[in-house]
Amino acid sequence: MGGEVVDEKRKHPVIICRCNDITLEDVERAIEQGCRDLECLRKTLRIGMGPCQGRTCIPLLMRILARRLGKRVDELPLPVVRAPIIPVPIDLFLRSVEEGDGG
Amino acid sequence: MEIEAYEGESIAAALYAIGIDVFSYSSKLGRPRGAFCMIGKCSSCFMVVDGVPNTRTCIEPVRDGVRVERQKGLAPVPSEKTVDGSVEPEEVLETDVLIVGGGPAGLSAALELARYGLNVVIVNEHFKLGGQLVKQTHKFFGSKELFGGLRGFQIAEMLSEQLSKYDNVKVLLQSAAYGVFRGGWVGVASRNKLYRIKPRAVIVAAGATEQYLAFPGNDLPGVMGAGGAQTLMNEYGIKPGDRALVVGSGNVGLIVSYQLLQAGVKVEAILEIMPQIGGWFVHAAKVRRYGVPILTSHTIKAAWGRERVEGATIVRVDEKFQPVPGSERDIECDLVLLAIGLAPDTRLFAQAGAVMRWIPELGGPVPIRTRRLETSIPGMYVAGDASGIEEATTAMIEGRIAALAIASKFLDGERAKRVEEEMEKLLDFLWNEYRASPLLARARAGKEKATVSEEEMERLRKEHPPLVSFR
Repeated sequence: MGGEVVDEKRKHPVIICRCNDITLEDVERAIEQGCRDLECLRKTLRIGMGPCQGRTCIPLLMRILARRLGKRVDELPLPVVRAPIIPVPIDLFLRSVEEGDGG
Repeated sequence: MEIEAYEGESIAAALYAIGIDVFSYSSKLGRPRGAFCMIGKCSSCFMVVDGVPNTRTCIEPVRDGVRVERQKGLAPVPSEKTVDGSVEPEEVLETDVLIVGGGPAGLSAALELARYGLNVVIVNEHFKLGGQLVKQTHKFFGSKELFGGLRGFQIAEMLSEQLSKYDNVKVLLQSAAYGVFRGGWVGVASRNKLYRIKPRAVIVAAGATEQYLAFPGNDLPGVMGAGGAQTLMNEYGIKPGDRALVVGSGNVGLIVSYQLLQAGVKVEAILEIMPQIGGWFVHAAKVRRYGVPILTSHTIKAAWGRERVEGATIVRVDEKFQPVPGSERDIECDLVLLAIGLAPDTRLFAQAGAVMRWIPELGGPVPIRTRRLETSIPGMYVAGDASGIEEATTAMIEGRIAALAIASKFLDGERAKRVEEEMEKLLDFLWNEYRASPLLARARAGKEKATVSEEEMERLRKEHPPLVSFR
């Protein structure tokens, strides 16, 4: 029984994206299935699209991708960033639409 | 459970102080998560605060009667269609200069602009100004003008205090820029309202994020950025743990180790994947005198524990940085601190369509800029760690340079000339004196790569026509 407890304690995934719980295994599988760039990884895994908007995972992900492709990180295309670059509560936008001008 | 906290403390710090390690259970896998960055950059401290899920408790101040619950998985979509009553209508602001980030670069820029009578709006994600100066307890080097002899948090207090004397400076706390839009508008979101800001120039001094590392158990509570531990002990006076393993022997890793020792934490070891120590000899000597082993050619293989870190397995690496089989060793510890570098937060530039380049010496993608720190988006400037990782003194100098470059355009005649001269003097000092130090050689090389002449910038703008301009 003691052995089981020890195992449980030591059985952890390698998390790449904490927001969306994407593991190294997920990333490697996507690369094996043909993803060759960040955009493909984002579209298949939704990695980097959680509330921190890739601030934690994308630099790490680019290093993993570069290693897999046998390239230097600075040879990869840079990540595309779209607004809003931080999560904004929808209430704030709704309130400005309510005011009539809708942006 | 009712808990007591100090005024000015973040919710996350107050909980950590009484031994609460798990702040949430993650979205898909239900894994426990705790303190990690402690400066509002990641998502590990999300909790339900007064019924609002996804609240970053590390940058949410405590207040009387606030109700905090652990978040379990994704928050349900609210069923009510009505808008929260405390939300205010969007406000339109016009200003001379918008500064994104109230750390050393942003505050220095704001002060310079305020002195020349220009209107400034500062947006700051944290509920306190000062950025990472607030956790710097060591004394700065350099002349009095560079705040030599003062400690980081004292510099933050001084800059904030000086700034509060100007009524042409508006500070928006707990606010962040969410995008740059056509026509030169910047969208800013505060806690209860949006701002649509039309500045004549923007300085982005958004700082940096700590780099993450891939190993099993890398998300267990107790695995933290080195800066996260500094926030706990240096800013809030909370002992982050009892036994620490530090990954990375650059200056951050060495300094945080020394601060851990001062706080009464045992530092089991400092790991360095390279065959030599990364940081300055002076810092390494300090921790070695306490008997802390600095293990070069070593890395972390795994962290383990149930609801939090209980230990880690380390391993020796060969000259190709591959683990040497059989060299694994277990270390019991309750903290694994990652000090493996920072990445500049340049997402607002990427979103605005600025010409950017990944520069390894600077920690990641940065906007190409002129010597005066203007990027390919006309009127959009960069300063501090967002321009490439360096250190606080150069951040303050860069903030002032960007501010003076802007002021020289907005003022006329004799005043503009004086400002221009002052800027040239600072530029000369920065490049030819301060950065001449071999200690800054790497950052200097990176900044040289990122800096182009005015002519080259014009050529880049022709090649990549900016979608937006603030000029």
